[in-house]
Amino acid sequence: MAGLTIANVTKTFGDYDAVKDVSLDVRDGEFLAVLGPSGCGKTTLLRLVAGFEKISSGQIRIGSDVVSDASGSVPPEKRRVGIVFQNYALWPHMTVAENVGYSLKVAKVDKAVARQRVADALALVNLDGLSDRRPANLSGGQRQRVALARCLVATPSLVLFDEPLANLDVHLRASMEDEFADFHKRTGTTIVYITHDQAEAMALADRIAVMDHGRLAQLATPRDLYREPANEMVASFIAQGIVLPAKVLSAEQTGHARVEVLGHEVVIRCRPGEQPRTDAKICIRSSELEIAGKDEAGFDAAVTRAIYKGGAVRVELSPTLDPNLNLHVERPEPGAFEAGSQLRLKIVSGWLIPNGKSA
Amino acid sequence: MTARVKESRGQEMALTAAVAFVIVLLSLLPMLRLLKEVVAPGGVVSDTAIRLGLSSSATWVATWHTLVVGIGGTVLAVALGTFVALLVTLSDIRGRGALILCYVMPLMIAPQVTALAWLQLFGPASPLLKLLGIAPPLGTRNPLYSTQGIILLLGVQYGPLVFLLVRAGLRKLPRELVEAARAGGAGWFTVLRTVVLPLMTPSIMAAAALAFVSCVGNFGIPAFLGIPANYLVLPTLIYQKLAGGGPAVLGETAFLSVLIGVIAMAGIVTQEIMSRRRDYRISSTSLPAEPYELGRWRAPVEAGIWLLIVLILVLPLFGLMLTSLVPGYGIPLSTATATLDNYRFILFEHAGSRRAFFNSFALSIAAAAFAVLVAVPVGYLIAWGRQRWIRLVNLAIELPYALPGVVLAIAALLMFLRPIPFTGIQLYNTVWIILYAYLARFLVLALRPTVSGYHQIDRALEEAAQVAGAGLFIRLRTIVFPLVAPAAIAGGLLIFMTALSELTVSALLWSSGSETIGVVMFSFEQGGDSNYAAAMSAITVAITFVLMLVTNLLAPYLPSGVLPWRD
Repeated sequence: MAGLTIANVTKTFGDYDAVKDVSLDVRDGEFLAVLGPSGCGKTTLLRLVAGFEKISSGQIRIGSDVVSDASGSVPPEKRRVGIVFQNYALWPHMTVAENVGYSLKVAKVDKAVARQRVADALALVNLDGLSDRRPANLSGGQRQRVALARCLVATPSLVLFDEPLANLDVHLRASMEDEFADFHKRTGTTIVYITHDQAEAMALADRIAVMDHGRLAQLATPRDLYREPANEMVASFIAQGIVLPAKVLSAEQTGHARVEVLGHEVVIRCRPGEQPRTDAKICIRSSELEIAGKDEAGFDAAVTRAIYKGGAVRVELSPTLDPNLNLHVERPEPGAFEAGSQLRLKIVSGWLIPNGKSA
Repeated sequence: MTARVKESRGQEMALTAAVAFVIVLLSLLPMLRLLKEVVAPGGVVSDTAIRLGLSSSATWVATWHTLVVGIGGTVLAVALGTFVALLVTLSDIRGRGALILCYVMPLMIAPQVTALAWLQLFGPASPLLKLLGIAPPLGTRNPLYSTQGIILLLGVQYGPLVFLLVRAGLRKLPRELVEAARAGGAGWFTVLRTVVLPLMTPSIMAAAALAFVSCVGNFGIPAFLGIPANYLVLPTLIYQKLAGGGPAVLGETAFLSVLIGVIAMAGIVTQEIMSRRRDYRISSTSLPAEPYELGRWRAPVEAGIWLLIVLILVLPLFGLMLTSLVPGYGIPLSTATATLDNYRFILFEHAGSRRAFFNSFALSIAAAAFAVLVAVPVGYLIAWGRQRWIRLVNLAIELPYALPGVVLAIAALLMFLRPIPFTGIQLYNTVWIILYAYLARFLVLALRPTVSGYHQIDRALEEAAQVAGAGLFIRLRTIVFPLVAPAAIAGGLLIFMTALSELTVSALLWSSGSETIGVVMFSFEQGGDSNYAAAMSAITVAITFVLMLVTNLLAPYLPSGVLPWRD
């Protein structure tokens, strides 16, 4: 096992920067998810770590070994990383045991030893007894587990997952998620897990790296990512956060500040050291938006659309003061929300998005 | 880190260098040698060869004939092939698989065998016509010994080529385009005329160009049908010159072969220009259109199309078989006269023919095996390589096959007329020069299926082996080869079938002791021993047919389109 260090890595294809100046540190034994919309550079990042692509500048270290830098790149076959591919990439012409034992055969490990290690790896993923099957005769979940066993058997220094659940149906997805969490707990392997699915990343990862247009937007624990997004992109990307313009009225005190938003003054959470400023942005969750009583402070908004969600209604609104902004709240089912009707809303809490781009 | 980097680069470099060496040897070198002979014979730049060639009236006559049969054959092939493709693909005709197999069959049969079969069908000695009692009297000229005869057979031979390309195009036609036209009120014929055919223009053009190149370069058909009528096209003119003059006239024939190459290329360029005039790109992909219901016309149309198959495949092959059973020229066939003596003679008695069977088998197996082994690494670089210049490699390998076979044969002669420098090894007048030409010419037949095989394989399978620690050579052996093997081997079988009764190249390169089946068949026919030629042809057709069936066993593991006769 080893940690992974990515330092100022840039990857350029032609004149397009697929990965731009990304630095991140994965601790030994950590489960890190790399999350981002499609085209954000997360798959390129994985291929750089695996060695399939060469970096344009920067440095990648696995443990204390430099594997990629300006002077060259250690080929994938010498990196001792394991990869679980999106479609498993099991070799159809080999049995399960041959698939799992391939890296041992390549490394010319003694046959008896190899057989034992294959059996151990298969036992670890609960596949004993299937070693003579062909991949074609396995279920989706079983294939996934063969892929896990295959990368385990070589005792890799870290394991990369390339959107391994993207091709599975919802049902299988949940059970495989449990399987991965379990796998991580039992083996203590350092894992880098690429995904575009927030729920998956939140459920599995110790920390999440959000990527956007090739850059690292934020690296934080799932909880911090949700509660304290570092910038607008993360704020709006994670769990459909609502981003609103605001004016900071008071300096930070015990982690809170007073701001004016939509003509309405509220106290919200913020980073230490925030000072009064204009042109600020705040992030609120729909649960932090409530319908205000008659005499309470708040702002007016018009309902633009009400979508029935089964058990709840998602109401979309635009504030009267700034009709270009979009808000949404979830309301329990019975309730009439006609498009065009007026509501008075109040913000109960929120997060002041820090100034600048720093993560 | 450096040592680890070096090791992996080393294998990649070794592979690239080996591939480059093979390409240079098999493609670039012969083409450059040929050009040099024309532009700078004897090492000095001069236009003597070109001037001499252009001043000869034989050149002009043969060029004119080449163009006439080339264009005529192409028109017929395009008409036939497109018609059958439309019918088979867009209508609800039954027995599609069998129909395709039968219609494509002529493509798998060597042109000179086709020629021989048709000659046996129509000549005054035709056993079939004699059986029916309608044979013209002995001494009557065979009607196929004519321009029309050559055009007809070229059309029959290469119609399937057009069929395959147009059918591939039709299968990509999105059904929405057809359905939109029908919803707009167009009847089926209008849809065909206004939507289907215009969209098929690129496929039809490409097919026409390919058919033209094949017709222009064809040797077997004009050799069997044209030489007796003294109707010479460029390939047969080259053959006659070389047969009469030997290496002394090599310079002259080099010019003629370049001329064929130029005519062939002109066909391809014309196609490029014509296709570029309008935008035919189909943007969406979708299911193929619902077949058109022929309704009460279905049975008559089916009868018609099978009648066509009988005419262009069954009858000629039947005629061939009958001739192979006749004891001598002009003798009517009956249960009393039918004999297997011709087969006994060519298989056991005639030394040249026995040698030819051995040589052709050895050559075909060697060419096929070599091509399979080379196609896997070359295909790897073409399909998965990152070097840009690799696209040129593909072009370089296509060239010896795209150009008429005569061109390559002359180039090989020029290269190996003298012993190979530094080694003193003499390939001229041995079987090895034929092997060289086969390797160069047929490599692409294995490469194409292999490359499309690569495109079907998920690259992650190789990457998974790479992260498991396998170096390039281990990956090629344990992962890549087993995965593309079916496609590469199917390509090898195609090569075997093509090379077994090949004539164009070996007719120019053979020498006593290195005869091939095609050459011996040709000399039997020229000497008037059609029965022996027919017996040899019947054997090669039978082998081809058996191999097609054997290759079918691979079909489940192959990308679609690799086996031309499979739907």
